[in-house]
Amino acid sequence: MKGEAIFAVIAILFVASFFYGMAANPDSEFGGADGQAEDVIAEITDGQYEEWTADSWVNSVKFEPPGGETESLLFALQAAIGAIVLGYFFGYYKGKQQSE
Amino acid sequence: MHIFEGFLPSPWWQLWFVFSIPIIFFGIYRLNKLVSEKRELLPLLAVAGAFIFVLSSLKMPSVTGSSSHPTGTGMAAILFGPAIAAVLSTIVLLYQAIFLAHGGLTTLGANVASMGIIGPVAAYIIYKVGMKANINFYVVVFLAATFADWITYVVTSLELALAFPAEVGGVAASLKAFMLVFATTQVPLAIMEGALTALIFKYVIQVKSDALLQLNVISESVLDKIKGASQ
Repeated sequence: MKGEAIFAVIAILFVASFFYGMAANPDSEFGGADGQAEDVIAEITDGQYEEWTADSWVNSVKFEPPGGETESLLFALQAAIGAIVLGYFFGYYKGKQQSE
Repeated sequence: MHIFEGFLPSPWWQLWFVFSIPIIFFGIYRLNKLVSEKRELLPLLAVAGAFIFVLSSLKMPSVTGSSSHPTGTGMAAILFGPAIAAVLSTIVLLYQAIFLAHGGLTTLGANVASMGIIGPVAAYIIYKVGMKANINFYVVVFLAATFADWITYVVTSLELALAFPAEVGGVAASLKAFMLVFATTQVPLAIMEGALTALIFKYVIQVKSDALLQLNVISESVLDKIKGASQ
């Protein structure tokens, strides 16, 4: 299969699942599934479970993003670093191959 | 698939560390060996790591009205094996736990187990079996990466279900509840990830097919067949 065809399939699938998701869940804000698991835990334990690390030292070695904006910056940074590496080496290999 | 900090009680978070740490160390050993013996493959290793970096940062909306992210581990598992995929995943999960308050340090063992170990092992097995059965290379890559992603989320559900069995119905009832959150959301995303991984392998074959031979990922006859078909 041609690369473009695969890419088109991915794009169509993404759009289709997103629009279906929006139509099927009109009030949803598309929060993370990770967070929803927390709700399930609360349901199973009747809200009794509390994270045991609330006062733990492990929190002091971590950087807590002050808000959603900083968090999305760091996520974007993660994607950008990865994309640079991908693009750089694919370009490197392609150039090397063409010069041979 | 990130289990948040503190959301696995004792003894579960310790048990998952006991499970994960030896495999991470084995992965580091494999990684050192690879780097010293086949130094020219270092860029490809960086590419596999970068693929995990990019994909695991994308929180994508899904049919269930919630968002989740792909894992990107299928590529590393196929190219370098599950142990090295575990090391690469650990790096990503550490970054997310320390800088993004995503996942956690106490739950790192469990998160590495699902995303870095069991998912990649599934990909590796599917890939090897599929290639032995002479199925089309790209179809096998697609299947392997799709299941690496999906099984990661099934394992996360299982990890949570074991730690939080329901009063009525026990682990099985909890598993169902967590699967509903994780595994359903993940189905379309896993399929997309599988297709994307197949696409990236197409480019790897175009520009660096000799690396695949060197890593014993693919045999010469299969490679000739793929290259012949695309020309």
